[in-house]
Amino acid sequence: MIRLENLALSIHGTPILRNMSLSMAEGQVFGLVGESGSGKSMTALAMMGLLPPGAQVSGHIHLGDTDLLTRTEPQMCALRGNELAMIFQEPMTALNPVQTIGDQVAETLLIHGQATRAEARRIAQDRLARVGLPPDRFPLSRYPHELSGGQRQRVCIAMAIALRPRLLIADEPTTALDVTTQAGILDLLKGLVADEGMALMLITHDLAVVAGLADHLAVMQKGAIVEQGATEAVFRQMNHPYTRQLFEASGHKPAATEQVSPAPLLEAENVTCEYPVPRTGLLHRPPPFRAVDRVSFTLNRGESLGLVGESGCGKSTLTRALLGLQPLRGGEIRLDGQIVNAGERMPAGMRRQMQVVFQDPYGSFNPRHRVGRLVAEPFHLTGRPADAAVRVAEALLSVGLQPEDAQKYIHEFSGGQRQRIAIARALITHPELIVLDEAVSALDVRVRAQVLDLLADLRARLGLSYLFISHDLNVVRAITDRVLVMRAGQIVEQGPTEDILHAPQHPYTRELIAAAPVIPADWQDERTHDARPLV
Amino acid sequence: MLRFALTRFVSLTLSLIAASLVIFLVIEVIPGDPAAYMLGLNATPEAVTALRDTLGLNGTLAERYLNWAGGLLRGDFGQSYSYRVPVAELVFERLWVSLPLAIYALALSTLIAFPVGLIAAARRGGVTDYGIMGVTQLGIAVPNFWFAMLLVLVFAINLRWFSAGGFPGWQDGLLPGFKALTLPAVALALPQASILARVMRSALIETLGQDYIRTARAKGLSQRQALTRHALRNALIPVLTIIGLQFSFLIAGAIIIENVFFLPGLGRLIFQGITQRDLIVVESVVMLLVFAVISVTFLVDIAYAAVDPRLRRR
Repeated sequence: MIRLENLALSIHGTPILRNMSLSMAEGQVFGLVGESGSGKSMTALAMMGLLPPGAQVSGHIHLGDTDLLTRTEPQMCALRGNELAMIFQEPMTALNPVQTIGDQVAETLLIHGQATRAEARRIAQDRLARVGLPPDRFPLSRYPHELSGGQRQRVCIAMAIALRPRLLIADEPTTALDVTTQAGILDLLKGLVADEGMALMLITHDLAVVAGLADHLAVMQKGAIVEQGATEAVFRQMNHPYTRQLFEASGHKPAATEQVSPAPLLEAENVTCEYPVPRTGLLHRPPPFRAVDRVSFTLNRGESLGLVGESGCGKSTLTRALLGLQPLRGGEIRLDGQIVNAGERMPAGMRRQMQVVFQDPYGSFNPRHRVGRLVAEPFHLTGRPADAAVRVAEALLSVGLQPEDAQKYIHEFSGGQRQRIAIARALITHPELIVLDEAVSALDVRVRAQVLDLLADLRARLGLSYLFISHDLNVVRAITDRVLVMRAGQIVEQGPTEDILHAPQHPYTRELIAAAPVIPADWQDERTHDARPLV
Repeated sequence: MLRFALTRFVSLTLSLIAASLVIFLVIEVIPGDPAAYMLGLNATPEAVTALRDTLGLNGTLAERYLNWAGGLLRGDFGQSYSYRVPVAELVFERLWVSLPLAIYALALSTLIAFPVGLIAAARRGGVTDYGIMGVTQLGIAVPNFWFAMLLVLVFAINLRWFSAGGFPGWQDGLLPGFKALTLPAVALALPQASILARVMRSALIETLGQDYIRTARAKGLSQRQALTRHALRNALIPVLTIIGLQFSFLIAGAIIIENVFFLPGLGRLIFQGITQRDLIVVESVVMLLVFAVISVTFLVDIAYAAVDPRLRRR
């Protein structure tokens, strides 16, 4: 039994958590849901005793009969990895790159003095096999960089469960993973809870993930729990307005835009892109890696076209090629009938017609420039017009910001606002096509819903076309008319979004849709509003 | 790993060939006759012709290059004009001072820098850290010849623990030799250790912020265990880079310190070669130094791969 009683936390005087009380039973999954900054991860770190310097904690965290908050640091070291363990969001960086996976799993046993070196390696092999990394394919001598993201997360789980802890905290364990990989990891966690009888605290922003996994659920907002209870009951009742908002935002679909008669704007014909593979010997160079393989499609004027696929499928390379940033190995790309050439030969007027919004609202701006300059940047393609300042103000207004914001710096804005600024920057040259490369993936559900609304509104008002690249089927369904499904460099299926999501033809599309977590449909019968999850 | 080492070795050989070509051509393109240049304005034509013969300047460019490069491979560096002895002999003699001095200084600097950098990183933001940062700042700022003179003043003149300069050679055993090299090595090591400690500290601090350190802490490692078991090896790459650069510098760059302590090292040899226009000595010593630098780079590359498995596949 794990209990939090009146847990409160402040860091350098800033309150982070208040009045947190909850309890978890062993052999059960407890879901902790909320948006970024709601205090989910801090709750976990408080339980692990790994809070940053300057943290002040009060209240009680009971693990069985022990109050963790009264333990000294050496006592906590003895408990961590032993009685309570944790896995994190980013499996790509969570493992030490210069140590083998065997050593890293065995270290958990060695550090707690629970096994000799030879025993530890044997148990490590055992635990790795348990998490789906059998020794014949994944020997202990593998290094993290030889594994995929999902496999690395499995190594992290093996490390965490090596000593069969009573509590495992999983902080957004699948957020950085593809949907099919996510399904595998969630299955594994569920199986471990059942087999090992440990308690699992699953921290996530994704309601569908908790719906499928958690026995109990708590919703956090601004450092406090606003609603908690048995998962199904919480979903059926949604007593707190915030829970309702989260739920509605996660399935939000903006108003549909009227379809115009098809007139091709962007055409791709047998587009092929390759990357050279590093030499394996002085004289031997393997054949190049074909990232995009004979891709053909048409994007019509005023249309919103989705492109879905998992990481490594060639989405990004194709996007770069379409934007004229990546030389083609074969095929042709035409924008408005004109051939798109990669590199310097591409005329500025053509670049003006296509603009792009990227995923990361934090990394894609120069922090030393004011917003006005950032938004006006694409003017180097057209020459700076006399009314540049007016155009900047217009662009800011059209994305729901104020003209005065042009004087501010980028760090003064939240993630959602930054993504609006990125859209303003894309709009400034009056483009016809905006490429949205995972443009809402880093945003919280409520902010994401607002940005999707904004995109739908802009499209209706300005007659824009979108190429919307995403791994998230929910989002693709919300904003696109047609969708392309990409796998291993090829388009395996394309057609109207609704048709494809309802009746997928290709086995890979079916696999993708089946892997996406869902909130059971009958949990939502009692509400009248149309906010069902989309996939 | 073996394949990686072989690839690096091939690239080392290619670099050496390229370097020898460049050095040879630079000496060739010096306007005028190298022999006349070396002998100065008042040389007789006979003397110039005689020197041209000794220098092997008669023949095509390719012939001369092959002669010179072939000689280098056999250890025949030619005859020094100013010393009238084979260059190989000169270089070899000096190398027995410069190489031990460089290794001594580097060992000192590494032995000082590692613990100091570790402590500073572990006590980041504390008084110890500030103290160490201040001292290392001073260590970089103080010119090493001044520090060398200070060392002589304190340890040779006042305390009489070491001699103020000169080198007795290795024939009387290791101790007198190392004793003579101690003050110069300390003088050379001070700025190097300061730089290395700061690099070590910042590399460690960066590594300590990585996700895998958090993972290690969640496994039950204490802060110190996470530092020594996980952060240290990951922080080694930038440290190795600096060590490689420092070693190359120490072999040839110790000239001022060699002068302060009257040590017959390579730095002084090349300096004398230049002032006496002894192009044969200059050419050969430069080639030797290039060889040393490229070899050190090769070793550093191998060390990178030993530290970081991700680099082994390239």
